Amino acid sequence: MVKFEYLKETPSQTAGPYLHIGCTPNFIGNDGIYARDLGSSMVAEGAKGERIVVSGRIFDGAGATIKDAMVEIWQADADGLYNSPEEPRGDADPRFTGWGRQPVDMETGVFQFETIKPGQVPFPDGRMQAPHISLWIVARGINLGLNTRLYFADEDEANAVDPVLQRIEHKHRIQTLIAGKIDGGYALDIYLQGDNETVFFDI
Amino acid sequence: MTKALGAFYPRDRSWHPKAYTPEYKTSVLRSPQKPLVSLGSTLSETTGPVFGHSALGELDADLILNCARPGESALGERIIVHGRVLAENARPVPNVLIEVWQANAGGRYRHKKDGYLAPLDPNFGGCGRVLTDEEGYYAFRTIKPGPYPWPNGVNDWRPAHIHFSLFGSGFAQRLISQMYFEGDPHIALCPIVNTIGDPDAIDMLTAKLDMNNTIPMNARAYRFDVVLRGRRSTLFENRMEGN
Ligand SMILES: [Fe+2]
Repeated sequence: MVKFEYLKETPSQTAGPYLHIGCTPNFIGNDGIYARDLGSSMVAEGAKGERIVVSGRIFDGAGATIKDAMVEIWQADADGLYNSPEEPRGDADPRFTGWGRQPVDMETGVFQFETIKPGQVPFPDGRMQAPHISLWIVARGINLGLNTRLYFADEDEANAVDPVLQRIEHKHRIQTLIAGKIDGGYALDIYLQGDNETVFFDI
Repeated sequence: MTKALGAFYPRDRSWHPKAYTPEYKTSVLRSPQKPLVSLGSTLSETTGPVFGHSALGELDADLILNCARPGESALGERIIVHGRVLAENARPVPNVLIEVWQANAGGRYRHKKDGYLAPLDPNFGGCGRVLTDEEGYYAFRTIKPGPYPWPNGVNDWRPAHIHFSLFGSGFAQRLISQMYFEGDPHIALCPIVNTIGDPDAIDMLTAKLDMNNTIPMNARAYRFDVVLRGRRSTLFENRMEGN
């Protein structure tokens, strides 16, 4: 029998409560080791597109806000291009990294990103996806990072035909991914459990 | 199309720890209960951020010195942790940003929320980072962290460990895990380690003493390889139907 040479992926373990030490040391006052926290700034002067602030909180199954989580986001630029060598369609705006990382506030549990509104990106079959931001959430008690997406409440038309949202069988759950418009940007609360449990993806 | 689409192999979620692992109590209220929606790879997942050497500082891969006062160094057993980052298809992954963090030799973290009575080491910050080279190899120097107690069971102690965070070339490869040390009796007792079901998977997280790369009279070496998700070959995949 042919034996294929495939390896198993290294198994995940929780990021634990002290993830800031390695990922955002300046945020907890461990400054002087890294010049700045990676991912703390996504947008450089002159970047194309509409500047927005995306914020939210993360709730556990008892309805409490989580105070020790970290959120990473990954998104396209205003023209729908990713700032990545794996982007096959052209060069993204060099003034926009597309990747951000923020710990939640240790008192309020709020995470906040200063970013730009992403453009549209095609699905593998060529249909357009609605503008969206990919989220990756880690924390103490989360054994494997959670993948979800943020869509925009003022993109009704695009959301209605988005191939990913269409894949969600229970239509009432789609609203768990739609960030509401607030002053200066968009807000989305994430629920790990309960009636409003956020849709998480196997990507 | 000039570039491979490179969708990822599906993640084997029975190999990873489950979300709900009641022996690790914090997971009980932080584990999604509804099934994940299967999405697979779109461009949003196959692309990802990359980091160059310009993002890193000179001493980032040397935790013995990167927080130490001039002429001093961190206290503890001096070790070199090294290894290779491969993808599931056994190919090396270059340019992986690896971020590590750990407790000091006494088991205390430099973190405002850590109140363990073991003292801080003024010369140890506990964070480091390194990029893999073209062949996927990496190395950093540190001190061996101490085990520490944590509130879960009434007398739970974490095995000595180093936290690892890795970026591949696609956002779907993003991974955080922990590295343990061969021979530590706390590994078998730890509720966090035991969120993983398969002993072979736990063995993947256990670094092995490497006497060949140990520097005599200086620092012992531990070898720790990491495997990130692999990408499919794009056979037939770049052609639209009907074209
Ligand atoms: Fe730890």
